Amino acid sequence: MSGAWYLGWRYLAFHKLKSTILIASITLMLFLPAATRVLVSDSAAALTARADHTPLLLGAAGSPLELVLNSLYFRTGQPSVIGNEALARMQATGLGEFIPLNTRFHSRTNPIVGTNLKYFSFRGLKLAQGRQLGMLGECVLGAGAAARQGVASGDYVVSSPETVFDIAGVYPLKMKVAGVLEPSGSADDDAVFVDIRTAWVIQGLGHGHQDLARPEAGAGVLSRKDAVITANASVNQYAEITADNVAEFHFHGDTSEFPLTSVIAVPPDDKSATLLRGRYLSNDEGLQLVVPSAVLNDLLDTVFTVQNYVILGLAILGLATVAVIMLVFLLSQQLRKGEFHTLSRIGASKTYIGLLVASELAFVFIGSLLLATLLIFMMKQYALQILQSFLTF
Amino acid sequence: MRLILSLLFGFILAACGETEQVQSGIADSTAGLAARPLLVASNYPLFYFASQIAGDSQDAPQIVLPEIEGDPAFWAPTAEQIQLMQTADLVLLNGAAYESWLDWVTLDRDRLFDTSAGFTDQLIELKDTPTHQHGPAGEHAHQGTAFTTWLDPRLAMKQAEAIAAALESLAPDQAEQFRNNLSALQSRLLDLDRELTDTFVALGNQAILFSHPVYQYLQRRYGLNGVSLHWEPDAEPSASAWIEFQKILQQHPAMIMLWEDEPLPSTAARLSELGVQSIVFPTASNRPGQGDYFDVFYGANLKLSLMLE
Repeated sequence: MSGAWYLGWRYLAFHKLKSTILIASITLMLFLPAATRVLVSDSAAALTARADHTPLLLGAAGSPLELVLNSLYFRTGQPSVIGNEALARMQATGLGEFIPLNTRFHSRTNPIVGTNLKYFSFRGLKLAQGRQLGMLGECVLGAGAAARQGVASGDYVVSSPETVFDIAGVYPLKMKVAGVLEPSGSADDDAVFVDIRTAWVIQGLGHGHQDLARPEAGAGVLSRKDAVITANASVNQYAEITADNVAEFHFHGDTSEFPLTSVIAVPPDDKSATLLRGRYLSNDEGLQLVVPSAVLNDLLDTVFTVQNYVILGLAILGLATVAVIMLVFLLSQQLRKGEFHTLSRIGASKTYIGLLVASELAFVFIGSLLLATLLIFMMKQYALQILQSFLTF
Repeated sequence: MRLILSLLFGFILAACGETEQVQSGIADSTAGLAARPLLVASNYPLFYFASQIAGDSQDAPQIVLPEIEGDPAFWAPTAEQIQLMQTADLVLLNGAAYESWLDWVTLDRDRLFDTSAGFTDQLIELKDTPTHQHGPAGEHAHQGTAFTTWLDPRLAMKQAEAIAAALESLAPDQAEQFRNNLSALQSRLLDLDRELTDTFVALGNQAILFSHPVYQYLQRRYGLNGVSLHWEPDAEPSASAWIEFQKILQQHPAMIMLWEDEPLPSTAARLSELGVQSIVFPTASNRPGQGDYFDVFYGANLKLSLMLE
């Protein structure tokens, strides 16, 4: 390192506080506008990638954004529901593959996603341990959900009651963890996946109890008249589905009316997609079929507009910061007059002194640039999570 | 400075790792493309029909009957068996509410193939199912359908035809072979139907008893004058069951009782004292200890015809 550069470096090292403040200011000045742009563009790309990979979504009429966020990120509180017959009608069209979703329930803070096996291949989710969902009452956890709940395959998780005040409402169901998925970097990581019928059991639409026609169920029978058996309140309903009692589980009511929060439609080609969209143009049945990428693009257009205003504001702030820094440097030159005079007297030329000041500036700017780059790289890793946290409502 | 460079290098390495993961995913998805189609059957008749139609050439679809203890109608698949079905190209179902496990097993609907879907109008609905009531949901019953469809060889032929169509969809290049094999199988089923017709014609309108209500399709096909009991071959009937039996016998003077399996010697002896001969007429729902599907029915038919002589 030449003498001027060395002296510049030593000067900055000696005046630690001043150097730190300068570097921090310039770093922030560089980081904030760049971070805003990177955050918005990266998270927009990630958001639209998941939406682009979800061709169509059928859900209850209402807010398309709520439907998309609920189906893609399992984010809304109490999603609107549609009947299971809507899925059957879609399947009857033969215009693609259809994946039901029921995201109403939670296990602690993790959303329980009732679906079918197609969901896993559709999202490209792979098992890291254990096996796939096998039967009613089993679940497969995303990597994040497993880590948060501290469970592995073979352990158990419990569904959470919707409200502690609803004593007649949803009972907690103890579910066996059949497997844990590899991290996917998506909302699936935080989900607890169950068979759609398990979600209905959680809701209380299905239950298991001993066979009332058997003699050993006598204590639980209030009356037997001809072929009608009336149970009394002592009939125990199973709170856990095991291999031994799973066959006793059954559903009451018309399963075609059982709730789904949405259906992912995967038409094989554009023609099928257009035909499907045509069937749901009129909103007569309280349903809407949306293109998730279009819905998110509308949201992102708004985000981009806001981003431009923010960047403009930051640019103005940046100019002000540069002006203040220049002022600080000019003032510090005045304060360092004696130092420069001494340098001159021991033989340093004006060029040498200029090089010394320039080296100090260069060190500050290069340090700030590197620090800002590092911060942007770090932020890139969490861009999607940051945006998702903003979108939570 | 060094720290910054190491961090930057770390980020680059992480990015490379991500790419590798994606590439390995692609490799996984292409693995096993050349494998033979795998079909899992939910009972022995379906397994036998599918095996006969698929043939035994090297590239013929692979037909698997999981290890099932007892009657497959009451099969509770294990986790390993469920995994096998999840990996299969098709799961052959008998339909007619035979596979009660479908209510609680997680399978891809598109891979389930109901072999009796083509003749739902010919299925026999079961009556007298007890209803029960608990809670505010009101009365309900777990209704059923008679499910031993293959005991009517004409329906078995239709199931075989459906299986052939399913095999063709999986291996279209072997369609001709499947059709030839189907034709041979159907011809054997027709022969069996003729043999059984001859035997049951000899029985005429003579009263007959069934140890269990599993012979509905046999009864309908051959116009049998039968009444079903709920007796298990490996269990001694209770005193009340014998009293009930004698009452039935007074109204329905049967001399033959068909059993799914060999009854206890004591039960057979007591029946014999009451003038009722026990004949084992298996439903062949599970893999037989000896012989194949046709051996089982021809064997039962032979015993029955000898008795009628």
